[in-house]
Amino acid sequence: MNSSKLIRCFGAILSTAILGAVFAVCLTAPAFAQDAPDVGPKPPLVVKPMESHIGNITGHAADAKYDYRRYCAGCHGDYGDANGENAVWLDPKPRDFTIATFKCRSTLTGTLPTDEDLFNTLKRGIINSNMPIWNTFSNQQRADLVAYIKIFSPRWDKEKAGTPINVPAETPVTLESIAHGKELFTKLECWKCHGPHGEGDGPSASTLTDSKDNPIRPYNFALGKDDSRFKCGVTNEDVYKIFMTGVDGTPMPSFADVIQPNDAWDLVHFLRTLQIHRHSKENDVLMAAHGVIPPYVDKNPPAAAPAPADKAPGGGQ
Amino acid sequence: MRTKKMQFVFLTLLASSSLMFAGTVTGKVTYTGTPVKPKTIDMSKEPSCAKQHATPITTESVVTGPNNALENVVVYISSGAPDDGQVPAQAVTFDQKGCQYLPHVLVMHTDQELKISNDDQTSHNIHPLAKVNTEWNKSQPPGTPPIVTKYDKPEFISVKCNIHPWMHGEFAVLKTNHFDVSKGGGDFKLPNLPPGKYTITAWQEDYGTQTADVTITGNESKEVNFTFKAKAY
Repeated sequence: MNSSKLIRCFGAILSTAILGAVFAVCLTAPAFAQDAPDVGPKPPLVVKPMESHIGNITGHAADAKYDYRRYCAGCHGDYGDANGENAVWLDPKPRDFTIATFKCRSTLTGTLPTDEDLFNTLKRGIINSNMPIWNTFSNQQRADLVAYIKIFSPRWDKEKAGTPINVPAETPVTLESIAHGKELFTKLECWKCHGPHGEGDGPSASTLTDSKDNPIRPYNFALGKDDSRFKCGVTNEDVYKIFMTGVDGTPMPSFADVIQPNDAWDLVHFLRTLQIHRHSKENDVLMAAHGVIPPYVDKNPPAAAPAPADKAPGGGQ
Repeated sequence: MRTKKMQFVFLTLLASSSLMFAGTVTGKVTYTGTPVKPKTIDMSKEPSCAKQHATPITTESVVTGPNNALENVVVYISSGAPDDGQVPAQAVTFDQKGCQYLPHVLVMHTDQELKISNDDQTSHNIHPLAKVNTEWNKSQPPGTPPIVTKYDKPEFISVKCNIHPWMHGEFAVLKTNHFDVSKGGGDFKLPNLPPGKYTITAWQEDYGTQTADVTITGNESKEVNFTFKAKAY
């Protein structure tokens, strides 16, 4: 090979390389355009030494680094900001750990959940969402991940978790209890979103958005059979906690200030009858009464009766 | 002796001047361009609220007055205010009446008591979408006592009722007591300002913020005007 040939060959390689580089820049340019130019690269993530305590297990954030990267970051993002590469495809959107607002809590609305609350969410997953049941994890792994998600929000440095609400012993399931629950369902206007039969088709249902303005559906009680479960659990106690503490970040408010503890059990019993395909003691009681919920009669009516609601929905089956 | 007396009088006057000579900033908030037209709210899904309004109400995110005046703009001293930390003892109140928030924009000091009451015959859920402060969401059926709360960090917080999606209000949590909300003519007034350098911020929920610097030297009235560019959508 003579020298002129060598130069020509080199020139060809060079021009190909330049063309390639230009092409690569063109491809990546839109990605640059989306980022604010003055922000620059994100600072490296600092894994603060957060801990979690579930029973006698202590979770350490540092130990969850690999698991978070492998199993969580795809949706929740490396920085916990719900901007993982899969997030755009998901509905509802993944939790944003940087604002530390959590759906499933045993604590009052606006407070941080307990470590157990977060641990249980990992354990059972969230139905009607893309959050799976993480039953391949050991309890230690789950505890470590609970500690890890605390590194993303400064709230965990300043605030303590809320105090779990007091859940009194469940009252007996009676037809009267179900009838009172139905009365509450009407009076507290649960049906405005969840629909008169709990099918998630109330008059406001189509307008609902979460706190990030994404459309969100109210829970449809009638779906599912014996495997039917709620976002935050399966037991009657879980149902009790859901409406008393509210589902933060969604339109579902807290009723802790407005429902008395025993009345809350009545509402739980009525809600169970909305799960028409699920076997339950509540449905057994209702079946024994031929599926008819009698009108509720208040044995101790308050001195001044509140004005009647505008529209009494149906309910029961 | 006489000069000493004169000196004393002069000094007393000087000492009291900082209290007596309080400046005032007045001005007008206006817009340029064509703002979005207020939409009529259909409350037929909530008859108990609909019947409270002789004529249907309209959306309040942009409220205009004559001569391009812009209402409901919060104008406040964002820097240099002399009373940081003085929390008023009296509570501010936020009412839900006729499925509407009264007032639409509520200004409060950080840590000032906030009372939210429901005067309607229907349940509301109060959902202030706080980002800096803590977000919460509570149900308030008719006849229940007011919700009493407060915010500890300055923030502009949108408030909504998920049951009645047209309901929309704003909390302006400020770290100052020197504020005003522009009225019908777009006018605002910030009185009782001791001499000093101030930054004045005007905030409109759809149009964002604007700032202006002003120096008060004595018992004077300064005029500061803000003009927002209206968004067509």
